[in-house]
Amino acid sequence: MFSEQMILVTLQGLGESLYMTLLSTLVAYIIGLPLGLILVVTDKNGIHPNAPVNQILGAIINILRSVPFLILLVAIIPFTRLIAGTSIGSTATVVPLVIAAAPFVARVVEGSIKEVDRGVIEASLSMGASTMQVVRKVLVPEAMPSLLTGLALSLTTILSYSAMAGFVAGGGLGAIAINYGYYRKETDIMLLMVVILVIIVQVFQGIGNWIARRADKRIH
Amino acid sequence: MPNTDQTPIIQIKGLNKTFKSDASAVVALDDINIDIMHGEIFGVIGLSGAGKSTLVRCINLLERPTAGQVIFDGRDMTQLSAKELRRARQSIGMIFQGFNLLMQRNALDNICFPLELAGVSRKAAVKRAEELLETVGLSDKAKSYPSQLSGGQKQRIAIARALANNPKVLLCDEATSALDPTTTQSILALLKELNQKLGVTVVIITHEMKVIEQICSRVAIIAESRIVEMGMVEDVFRHPKTAAAKKLIYPMGQQVETFTGKGNFVRLVFNGDVTARPIVADMVLTCGAPVSIAFADTKEIDGMTYGQMILQMPDNPATYQRMLNYLDDEGIPYNEEGESYVQ
Ligand SMILES: Nc1ncnc2c1ncn2[C@@H]1O[C@H](COP(=O)(O)OP(=O)(O)OP(=O)(O)O)[C@@H](O)[C@H]1O
Ligand SMILES: [Mg+2]
Repeated sequence: MFSEQMILVTLQGLGESLYMTLLSTLVAYIIGLPLGLILVVTDKNGIHPNAPVNQILGAIINILRSVPFLILLVAIIPFTRLIAGTSIGSTATVVPLVIAAAPFVARVVEGSIKEVDRGVIEASLSMGASTMQVVRKVLVPEAMPSLLTGLALSLTTILSYSAMAGFVAGGGLGAIAINYGYYRKETDIMLLMVVILVIIVQVFQGIGNWIARRADKRIH
Repeated sequence: MPNTDQTPIIQIKGLNKTFKSDASAVVALDDINIDIMHGEIFGVIGLSGAGKSTLVRCINLLERPTAGQVIFDGRDMTQLSAKELRRARQSIGMIFQGFNLLMQRNALDNICFPLELAGVSRKAAVKRAEELLETVGLSDKAKSYPSQLSGGQKQRIAIARALANNPKVLLCDEATSALDPTTTQSILALLKELNQKLGVTVVIITHEMKVIEQICSRVAIIAESRIVEMGMVEDVFRHPKTAAAKKLIYPMGQQVETFTGKGNFVRLVFNGDVTARPIVADMVLTCGAPVSIAFADTKEIDGMTYGQMILQMPDNPATYQRMLNYLDDEGIPYNEEGESYVQ
C-alpha cells in the first residue's frame, strides 16, 4: 500500500486539496464578507435599512445555498470552462467551490456581525459615526473573534466540498479516495484519505478556535 | 448654579414621537416642550415606559421625531443633512445604562474612538485620551479592556469618551441605574464636577428621585408620554401637584391613609442638607408638646440625613404654628399634608 508512488500521489493530492481549499476560501471571503455586511446593514433593524437590496440579496443567497453542490458542479461546467479554461483539475474546481461557498460565507459573516451589541452601535452613531465608519471601526473589529471562528468553519466546509469535487475529476484527496477506493476497491487507500481529511479538519478547527480565543478581549 | 445663564442650548418644541407598526401605533412622546439652559443640569424623571429614553434619543436624533423641533445651539436638528447631523452629534456626548464600550478596544482606545471618527490624528487623540483618563481618575487603567473593569470604572471611561470632542451637552440615559449606591454617588459627583469645571450642560434621565435631588437644578416629570410638571427640583418635589408626580415622588403611596379628626400631618423632607441629629426630639422639647411619628423613612449617609418623615402634629393651633416656626428656623423643608397623607 505505501509504495513510493503512493506516497507521492498522496502528497500531491494533499497539496491540491489545500490549494483548492485555501484559494476558494480566500475568493469566497472577498465576495461573501461584503455581502454578509450588506445583509446586516440593510436589514430593517440595521443602520442603513434598504428592503429591496436586502430581500433580493437574501433570495439569491438562499437559491445558491439550496442547490446541491454536485449538481452545481456539473451545471456550471460551461461557466467553469469560460473562467478557468478547463473543467478538469484543481484550478477548475475552485470556480464551483467559490460559487457554492460565497453565499455560505455571507451567511456565516451575517451571523457573526449580528452578534455585535446594538448598544455599542447606537453609541457609535451618537458620536457621529457614518455607516462606513460603523462597519469598519465597530462591526468588523467587535465581531472579529466570531468572524475567525466562522472562518475555521468555512475552511472545513470548503475542504469537504473540495473532496466531493473529486467525483467530477476535481483532483485532491477526494479524487484519490474515489479512484482507489471506489473504482479499484482499494479500501485501505480510501480510508487513509479520509483519515488525512479528518486530520486537516481538526487542525484547521483547532488553529481557528485558538486564534479566535486569543483575539477576544472579552475573556482575559 | 454658577455656569447657568438663561439662554437655552436645547429647545424642544411640540415634539411628538409615534412608533408605527403594521397593526398599531404607540405614541411615545406627545407635545413635549422643554428649554434646557446653557450650563444647567436638567433632570427628566418618569416611570418605566413613560418615554424618557425616547425623549433623550430624539435630542440627538437617534430617534427621528414624528413632529416638532429639536433646536440645538440655534439649529433645528431635524432639518440637518446627514453629514451636518453627524457633525452636530460630535457636540453632544451621550452615556448609557449599559456603558456601551467597544469590548475589543482598551480604555485608551475607547476614548480615542470618537476622536478617530472626527479625523483627529492618532498622536493628538492619544494625548487627549490620556488627559481625559486623568480627569476621570483612571490613568492607571489605560491599557485595560472593558471586561477587566468594574461597572463604575466602565462608566467613567464612557464619560471620558463622551467628553472627548468637547461636547456642549452630555446626555445621560439611566447612567447610574446599573450601579450600586456608592458608585452611583461617585459618578454623580463626577458629573457635577464636570458640569462646573467644563461648563458642559448635562441632561439626566432617570427613574430615581435621589439622582435628581442630588445634582439637578431643574426637573421635568414625564408620565404617559407627556411632561406633567417642570420646574426647580425643590419646588417640584416638595409640592407635587399632579397625581402622576405624587405617585412618582411617594412611590409607596398607592393607598391614602386618613386619620379621623385627630390633628394635622406634616411631611418633613431631608435632602441631605441637614446634619443627622434628633430634630423631632429637639422640636418636642423646645415647643413643649408631643407629636407622633406616623411614618419615617430616613437614612444617614456621610453624617447627613436623607428621606422623609410624617408627623402627626398637635391640635392646638398655637403649638402647631410654633412647631412650624421651629422647622423654618432649622431650615428643614416640610409640607403640610392636612388630615391625610400618602406614604
Ligand atoms: N423602537 C420602538 N418601537 C416601538 N415602540 C417603542 C420603541 N421604542 C420605545 N417604544 C415604546 O415607547 C414607549 C416609551 O419607551 P421608552 O423606552 O422611551 O421608555 P422609558 O421611559 O425610557 O422606559 P424605561 O425606564 O423602562 O427605560 C414605550 O411604550 C415603548 O414600548
Ligand atoms: Mg429608558
